[in-house]
Amino acid sequence: MNFIFADNYLDETKVKMSPMREGAGLGLAELGALHADVIVVGADTLESCRAHHFTEKFPDRTIQVGVAEQNLIGVCAGLAYEGKVPFGITYAPFLIGRAWEPIRTTIAYPSNHVILLASHAGIATGTDGPTHQMTEDIALTACLPGFTVLAPCDHEQARLAVKAAYDLKGPVYIRCAREATPVFTTPETPFVVGKVQILREGTDATVIGHGYMTYRLLQIAEELKELSIEVINVHTIKPLDIETIVASAKKTGKVFVAEDHNIVGGLGSIIASALAEHVPVPVKSHGVYDIFTESGSAKDLWGKYGLDTEGTKKALLDFLQK
Amino acid sequence: MSTIVTEKEIQQLQLTANTIRQTIIRMLMDAGAGHTAGPLGMADIFTALYFHELKHDPKNPSWSERDRVILSNGHICPVRYAAMYHAGYQIQKEELSTFRKIDSRLEGHPAFHRLPGVETSSGPLGEGLSEACGFAFAAKMDHKPHHIWCLASDGEHAEGMTWEAVMLAAKYKLDNLCVIIDRNYIQIDGFTEDVMPLDLGVSLADKYKAFGWNVLEIGGHDFADILGAFEKAKSAKGKPTCIVARTTPGKGVDFMENNYKWHGVPPNKTQAEEALAQLARIEDALRRE
Ligand SMILES: Cc1ncc(C[n+]2csc(CCOP(=O)(O)OP(=O)(O)O)c2C)c(N)n1
Ligand SMILES: [Mg+2]
Repeated sequence: MNFIFADNYLDETKVKMSPMREGAGLGLAELGALHADVIVVGADTLESCRAHHFTEKFPDRTIQVGVAEQNLIGVCAGLAYEGKVPFGITYAPFLIGRAWEPIRTTIAYPSNHVILLASHAGIATGTDGPTHQMTEDIALTACLPGFTVLAPCDHEQARLAVKAAYDLKGPVYIRCAREATPVFTTPETPFVVGKVQILREGTDATVIGHGYMTYRLLQIAEELKELSIEVINVHTIKPLDIETIVASAKKTGKVFVAEDHNIVGGLGSIIASALAEHVPVPVKSHGVYDIFTESGSAKDLWGKYGLDTEGTKKALLDFLQK
Repeated sequence: MSTIVTEKEIQQLQLTANTIRQTIIRMLMDAGAGHTAGPLGMADIFTALYFHELKHDPKNPSWSERDRVILSNGHICPVRYAAMYHAGYQIQKEELSTFRKIDSRLEGHPAFHRLPGVETSSGPLGEGLSEACGFAFAAKMDHKPHHIWCLASDGEHAEGMTWEAVMLAAKYKLDNLCVIIDRNYIQIDGFTEDVMPLDLGVSLADKYKAFGWNVLEIGGHDFADILGAFEKAKSAKGKPTCIVARTTPGKGVDFMENNYKWHGVPPNKTQAEEALAQLARIEDALRRE
């Protein structure tokens, strides 16, 4: 399946900007129209998570629990035990962080088909500051047996991820960022849960991203024309398509992972441990370097903490020169 | 209540609260992000605390005998920063316009390690009352007489953790603890009684009573009421005190008052100018009294 890019996607003046949470909300509304068993459970952030696209159309399938994330999780579990397909929705730090043990016992352990859909993943959350910038959610969900962990790269992929999640089994987590980011995929771009996407083939280095960081990697690969860089988008962090990643690592001999997540427990560390077993090549994780950042616009935070295109390029070049 | 404060003192407090509201509007406009309704609604209570009630030393924020102010609903921090600034804490005037920006100590939600005078890091709701219990236990263990003032919102009473702390404080008779609830009837997705009703069955105040607390219900913009409640809270023996303060979210700016849409958005320049003009008119009226 060939990847399909949006027209002029590398032209920052032309590429459409929209937040993943918006795509996710639209996907929810589509799912709601298709399936009567889709239920939305919210915790006082429904509009902010763009779930109003669903709740305004399907008020009878909307449950508002107030600011009560643990309660939200338990309610989702009960609904799932009875065969409904609940989407538990709020900001990542509270959905995953506050309610982690209830998620483990009531959703993961019995393998309930509950979809946890979050906005506010990563430092891209911006001015609300570290309390609201969730940089540990992949670590917290990927370690739970049976979870599918999805990290779409843009608005369109978030929409497709939400729709695909309905047909999966067991628990699913979908992480979305709050900030508007480039929409470089299209509604026709293939999306298969569990398969990574090779966006660009190369032989000098494998660079891997998830979320909006994948776009940065495409920009960097384009800029560094003298190098032949293979760019891979990992929208499914778990189960990880390790075969494709191993094959790429064998070919290039170097793997660089960029993500808006703590480097401890993020995709980079998951890939590093998998490669250590199959093809031990040097792996560099570039992300949030095990710190809490601060308040600031997403743009200022990206710049200061090295997650903009420049900072990411610098980290990649440093790694390749080693 | 004239036994506690004179008319003149009350007028001064009202003027200070008005100044704090004007500062809040400027901070939010400059930040281009942040919460407006809650901070404006809590300006009178913060004024009563920082300009009348608290045993504190703005120049020495880590003074061990100070009263502790635990802000559970961290998103209303603009009112705390503004009150601290006007009370003489070491915050520069220019610093106010750095709120929520990179390199600022005035984080979007309070950061303990960055700004002296802020007792805890907060923002995630429902955690403050438990922390306040911890502060209250520590004071009792160390035989310290200072008081613990916990500020909390109505919306965060949907969190189970809040009620876990409510039971705990009563169990241990934490009478050095007082929680002041910003009962403004709004949260993000709408009015509290639509999103998660707190007065269903019995009122929020009666719920606290049923859990064994000393409960006071006051108007959150009436200084005589506020200061009277503080006195009662400090003299309560054997029970923690809960002050349910009925406030008007967005207080002082007519197009913001009681409108939940103003929970988490800042005024743009035009709106800020209009808000400042309205607050200036209130200030003039106060001065003429
Ligand atoms: C644990 C947690 N869940 C969700 C949020 C997001 N949030 C921030 S403010 C808020 C509304 C809470 O209501 P209230 O504190 O009464 O708001 P206000 O009166 O200030 O408008 C929510 C849900 C949060 N900060 N913490
Ligand atoms: Mg409220």
